[in-house]
Amino acid sequence: MPAARHTPASGVSRRNLLLAGLGSPLLASCHAGHTAVADPEQSAADEVVLALTGAPTSLDFTRNDGVAIPLVLMGNVYEGLVRIDGSGEVVPLLAEDWTVSDDLRVYTFALRRGVAFSNGTPFDAHSAVFSIERVRSDEWTNGLSAGMDVVASATAEDSHTLRVELSEPSNQWLWSMGTLIGAMMTEDGVGDLATAPVGTGPFTVERWSQGRSLRLAANDTYWGDPPASTSVAIQYFADTTASTNALQAGEVDAVYDMQSPELTEVLEEDGRLVIETGDTSGQILLALNNRVAPFDDVRVRRAVMYAVDRRAVIDTAWGGFGVDTGGAPAPPTDPWFVESSRYPHDPAEARRLLREAGQEDLHVTFKVPTRPYAQQISEIVVSQLREVGITAEIRSVEFPAVWLDEVFGRHDYQMSVIVHAEARDLPVLFGNPDYYLGFDDEETRELLARADREAPGRQEDLMRAAVERIVDRAASDTLFIFPNIVVRHRELQGLPADRPTDELLLAGVGRQEGPT
Amino acid sequence: MIRAVGGRALRFVLTLAATSVLVFAFMRVLPGDPAEVALGTGASEEALERTRAEFGLDRPLAVQYWDWISGIPLGDFGVSFVTGEDISPVVLDRLSVSLILVVSAMVVAVAVAVPLGSWAAVRHRRADGIAVSALSQVGVAVPNFLAGMLLVAAFALGLGWLPANSWMPPAYDPVQFLSHLVLPVAALAAVQAAVMTRYVRTSVLEIMGQDWMRTARAKGLSRFRALVRHGLRNAALPVLTVTGIQLTTLVVGAVVIEQVFVIPGIGSELIEAVAARDLLTVQSVVMLLAMATLTVNFVVDLLYLILDPRTAVRT
Repeated sequence: MPAARHTPASGVSRRNLLLAGLGSPLLASCHAGHTAVADPEQSAADEVVLALTGAPTSLDFTRNDGVAIPLVLMGNVYEGLVRIDGSGEVVPLLAEDWTVSDDLRVYTFALRRGVAFSNGTPFDAHSAVFSIERVRSDEWTNGLSAGMDVVASATAEDSHTLRVELSEPSNQWLWSMGTLIGAMMTEDGVGDLATAPVGTGPFTVERWSQGRSLRLAANDTYWGDPPASTSVAIQYFADTTASTNALQAGEVDAVYDMQSPELTEVLEEDGRLVIETGDTSGQILLALNNRVAPFDDVRVRRAVMYAVDRRAVIDTAWGGFGVDTGGAPAPPTDPWFVESSRYPHDPAEARRLLREAGQEDLHVTFKVPTRPYAQQISEIVVSQLREVGITAEIRSVEFPAVWLDEVFGRHDYQMSVIVHAEARDLPVLFGNPDYYLGFDDEETRELLARADREAPGRQEDLMRAAVERIVDRAASDTLFIFPNIVVRHRELQGLPADRPTDELLLAGVGRQEGPT
Repeated sequence: MIRAVGGRALRFVLTLAATSVLVFAFMRVLPGDPAEVALGTGASEEALERTRAEFGLDRPLAVQYWDWISGIPLGDFGVSFVTGEDISPVVLDRLSVSLILVVSAMVVAVAVAVPLGSWAAVRHRRADGIAVSALSQVGVAVPNFLAGMLLVAAFALGLGWLPANSWMPPAYDPVQFLSHLVLPVAALAAVQAAVMTRYVRTSVLEIMGQDWMRTARAKGLSRFRALVRHGLRNAALPVLTVTGIQLTTLVVGAVVIEQVFVIPGIGSELIEAVAARDLLTVQSVVMLLAMATLTVNFVVDLLYLILDPRTAVRT
């Protein structure tokens, strides 16, 4: 998802790609005849303006992939029964409480009373059933909807009690109810999801200019505490220079998910600005095609792991921002995050493995998507590989269209690099031999399946074992965890930098005069 | 004269038709599947099939072409399958923004280049004439996106006089509209004016060496009056050609400037549509640009006929 997510950087999300940046045609909805406007109307005095990259083509995440849409709508316009908090735990939201049966297959949710959708319709167990059923219908074409496949039935036991039966136990399911597929919608509010979403959240969509901007206004009938600002405007920029210019000129209050770490040095000198970095679930993956030579040989894959100096990649390509996991594909936002020490930077060991594999003079093609992060990373990786005798020839591949088609769709590649933004995507990346990575390992699949199926208390250990197994088999190299760089004016408070799932909570964001 | 106009009109239409086939064909051979881009990496094969059918991509190419091309004379470019909206209003809306930019830049460039170029020609042996000439040489060498970035650094970030980027439609707030327009237009016009100044200078210099100009001077006209009365009309011919060509390069320059200044014009529309593989929108925008280019050339041709009737005979 990252890809879409933010943008320009973008990568692929598990199932979704992200097309970030992608932009899309935008067309705005032509209201006053002119849609091509940032946001011309008079704005509230306390309005907060945020700059993001990668404008969504529509507001309908049921039919469009990408991080950009859930990022601004989840938790703000839509709410789920549960929410994923900053430490990755599942906590109550529209469900005040829930119980799980002994066989881990039946969930009974006690829903919050006194909640209404922004169109006035009350929220109850029937809306919850409707929302879950809809994800399972043809109305949802977003590939993430597969997360709801495990549901056998959803029924309203009374007006505020929801019973969900799963066909088999799944810890991942409850977690995913805190992501976009758990968004609660109402039957009389899904007529125009692309431009007029209806949810129970603290904000409503006031104005949406496709590809340009989105303005959220406080929802007067919200069940919880009112948001800190009555209005939040999101402006989309394709280019980081333009967004940081707008920031310095005082036209926006913050740049979220800034994609040019090299600019931070200059921005740091501006006393009005504060730079923060947070963790995301986005992994920059040096993808190795496990199906084809030479990467069908685990020794060659391990040689790559030893050859690449991840710290140097982070410092050179991304200004030192980003977390080195030691090559492990789990971000710090996951409970099973551990920094692996399996592969220190060791060119001698890499050469030894290559010699053993009979690949001392190896030539590979490196398909690099046309995204700044990928291009910056590819150059240093190529020079590091050259030191151990691997000649990687860079071939630029247009992202998203051509990359999706060749690399992701037809598996026509040896090596690539992409950000996988979607949270908790290990089963998708490494549990499916038909995925573009082609990692086919029975033991990993078994560990992942057990982690999902067994009691929640066992999940963490089993997932950690799966991560270790994936790293040991050198399925692919996680170069680093993509940082969320936020540059804001000092007065702007409450903008979260950590992002464990694809939501940017705006309710606490407000401007405060005075020193901070 | 009528035959000459008719011939040019026919050529105009045929070129347009050939362009449409080329544009359509190019979009079909472009790698990448629009349905895949819309649905992302998680989509099932069935969902992709369904989406392709929704987009109309499963129909024969000839049918797709005809559907698209038959609407164009009526101003109907169809419905974008990526956004589900009518393409025409969106594209026209975006085009109006780019036109404001391009036309303003052209007007500014001409207003600067004609007097400056004539001045440089008339005083081509004096220090000020040489200075103008040298300055224009520098201007030609500066790409307009760089000019844009320098202007932003100086006037928006440094002095804080003008907004750094974004756009305000004139109907909402005319003052804001103008303040948002100044820097992008200056960036586009600066380079354009430099190029045109050189053409005007060369053209005027050449004219001033002509026998009939000497005759005009011999009749007692001052250098300046001779130039205005007899010279400029003749000097205009090559300048006009260049203006036509420059107008089309200005549109291309606007694509870049729109990115630098975050202006929602036709250029950014095109870039976004290509990335999203919104084939119909790309086709439509490219056709519009082709039509604009051909129309400019056509009009320049016609102006030639008016300014210099001899050209009618030549064709």
